[in-house]
Amino acid sequence: MDANPVISPSTAVDGGSASRKKQNRKLLASALFLLPAWLLLLVFFIGPILLTFYFAFTNLSLTGSEAQATQFVGFSNFMNMFQDPNFRISVMKTVVYLLFSAIIGQQVLGFILALLMKEKNPAFRRVIGIIIIAGWVTPEIVVAFCWVAFLNDSGTLNALLQQVGLKPVAWLFTFPMASVIIANIWHGTAFSMLVFQAALDDVPKSIEEAAVVDGASRFQVLYKIVLPMIKGSVVTNMILVTLQTLGVFTLIYAMTGGGPGTSTQTLPIFMYNQAFVNYQLGYGTAISLILLLIGVLVSVLYLKSMKVKV
Amino acid sequence: MKVKSYKKLAAVTVIAGSVLFSSACSDSDSASGKKTAGDKNTISITFRDGGGTNKGLTQWLNNDIIPAFKKEHPKANIKLSPISASEGDYFAKVALMLKSDQSAPDIVTEDTFMVNSDASAGYLEPLDNRIKSWNEWDHYIDNVKNGVKAQDGKTYGVPFNTDSRGLWYNKDVFKKAGLPVPWEPKSWDDILTAARTIKKKSPDVIPMWMNSGKATGEATSMQTFEMLLYGTEDPLYDEDKQKWIVDSPGLLDTYTFIDTIYKEKLGPNLSQVLNGQGGTIAYTQLMPKGKIGIGLDGIWQAGNYRKDGPAPWPEAFDTLGYTAMPTQKGQAPGTTSMSGGWAFSIPKKSDNKDLSWEFIKFVSTKENNLKLLLKENNLSPREDVSKEKEYLDLPMFKEASEFLKNTHFRPSVDKYPSVSTVIQSTVEDVVTNKLSPKQAVENYKKNVTRVVGKDKVIER
Repeated sequence: MDANPVISPSTAVDGGSASRKKQNRKLLASALFLLPAWLLLLVFFIGPILLTFYFAFTNLSLTGSEAQATQFVGFSNFMNMFQDPNFRISVMKTVVYLLFSAIIGQQVLGFILALLMKEKNPAFRRVIGIIIIAGWVTPEIVVAFCWVAFLNDSGTLNALLQQVGLKPVAWLFTFPMASVIIANIWHGTAFSMLVFQAALDDVPKSIEEAAVVDGASRFQVLYKIVLPMIKGSVVTNMILVTLQTLGVFTLIYAMTGGGPGTSTQTLPIFMYNQAFVNYQLGYGTAISLILLLIGVLVSVLYLKSMKVKV
Repeated sequence: MKVKSYKKLAAVTVIAGSVLFSSACSDSDSASGKKTAGDKNTISITFRDGGGTNKGLTQWLNNDIIPAFKKEHPKANIKLSPISASEGDYFAKVALMLKSDQSAPDIVTEDTFMVNSDASAGYLEPLDNRIKSWNEWDHYIDNVKNGVKAQDGKTYGVPFNTDSRGLWYNKDVFKKAGLPVPWEPKSWDDILTAARTIKKKSPDVIPMWMNSGKATGEATSMQTFEMLLYGTEDPLYDEDKQKWIVDSPGLLDTYTFIDTIYKEKLGPNLSQVLNGQGGTIAYTQLMPKGKIGIGLDGIWQAGNYRKDGPAPWPEAFDTLGYTAMPTQKGQAPGTTSMSGGWAFSIPKKSDNKDLSWEFIKFVSTKENNLKLLLKENNLSPREDVSKEKEYLDLPMFKEASEFLKNTHFRPSVDKYPSVSTVIQSTVEDVVTNKLSPKQAVENYKKNVTRVVGKDKVIER
């Protein structure tokens, strides 16, 4: 509280206690207003997460005798997981999927698109923007069907190939990982593009111009001026895109079912298979905890490496 | 500083949690509440429907059963609540439905291999007391009755069909390849020889079709893997010792046979067969076009070609033959088959068990069961129906009934469904060349042991 020299000390003290009271009342009111939200969060969000923690340590099952007599089994789900070759495969697949579809694909492509569209004709920006955003607003399951229609044995791509005299390729079977990665990039890039567009628009033109006057090349401007200025957006976007991609289930499941074999079996698919195909809900839940852990670790890593405050 | 980093961690955790959690939410599909609480005259029936599956059952319920049942019980209201899902998903959805008071139907159709599992989970009502005072039960085939018995010795369902599996073959393709018709293979080698000959003589024909992927679910386990395995000396489960056999020459030979089919390109393209719709496309599109030489599958495929079936084909049974699956080396008894079937069960959480039981009794009479099987092209669980002329006149039913002599049922142990999914994924891994047959056995051993426990497995 800054003391105002014009007001006498006594009024200042009075005013202070009054405003403190006022502040307390405000705090109470806001707490009251937040209460329903907190309750909802508690019941529908924190509660299930705590339950997840609990179930991950049980042999909960969808059917069979364990469904009736669920027992606490300690760390055996996790021990099983680390010994399960399929888990290791899934982690590797998840990393590959994350790296190529989220970090390299959506992030870099989104940035390039935003950069290319910067300060272009508004009409041009709008048309291109709409086309790209169309991919993003399309529901995941529709995206999956579009890509299956495009890539399957008698799909559009093969029809085109045959037109030019090439042999058709069973894309979803020969290049399953590449197929789901490309589909996810197509689907998600618009989000990164929007984030970067907004960030780039916030970079004052004068700074860039000053740099150019000082003799900086275009690349130097981008690397030394623009990127550091939008670092916060880059990290935020990276975290969001990573977490979104980490949880992608529908797209992969509908396109390849995690197969052929284990070729596209990322952790969410592995989790689903264990929980709902093998009926081992406890084991599936344990996998989902690991997935959550990976999400947190990766996000913290981003924040640390970029030295950005949330 | 420290407080800040905690805050940061908390914030990140919440964001990570919410994004992952919401994606998890969007995947789950809650069954619609179909509760009929308080209404003692309404029963709901859940069965699998969709993509042309169970057309016969649906028609039978709508046209034959419900109107007739209503005549006897004028107040009764029968609600059909079918689930459109792939076979594997159907069981998961049923298990979820049966778990809750809100969604449990009054009658559910269960594949007999799930009966044990769902009964052990406490989802189903034992029917022994009701069956005791029901004379018709004596007409059911004993083997089939065992299929609806759980490990606790109680009966949890009334079967409405059973089946057998064998080799479908196209006589035109065989003649063109210079192979004998009628065909009676005596060993696995005979099948491979025939397939190789077809490949040589008609390169555009798929010599041998068998379900081989995870997407075809139980069909891969039963129609392919177990049809082979039970032709060796080593079954899936040692009934005497009550243990799963996780390593045996039979297992290795089974994987090797599957591997041979795909390595020598005697099977379909992977994109065709590793697909939930693979089997449907094979029998409704490729088979009638003469694009398949041999198909390892069940008797019900004959139903496709009926006048009112999904792929009417009047000459089907002049063109197609149905022959028994030989044992591996022709060892006694010479042929093998697998049988399963479906049953009506009453969920424990049904609030209208009496009327449900009345309904089950009504649909299970000789006349009504016959009506179903004439529509469905499956074998009857009742001895008396199997003697009816109309039934025996159904194409291939004589052959299919013959297979029952040497047939096998799946182990009725509550872990079977989980073991079955291990089978499916290892078969797909072999087919896609991710695992050699030897590695497949190791993988099978590891995963089955994990699922059933170390004390429940043996090696041979």
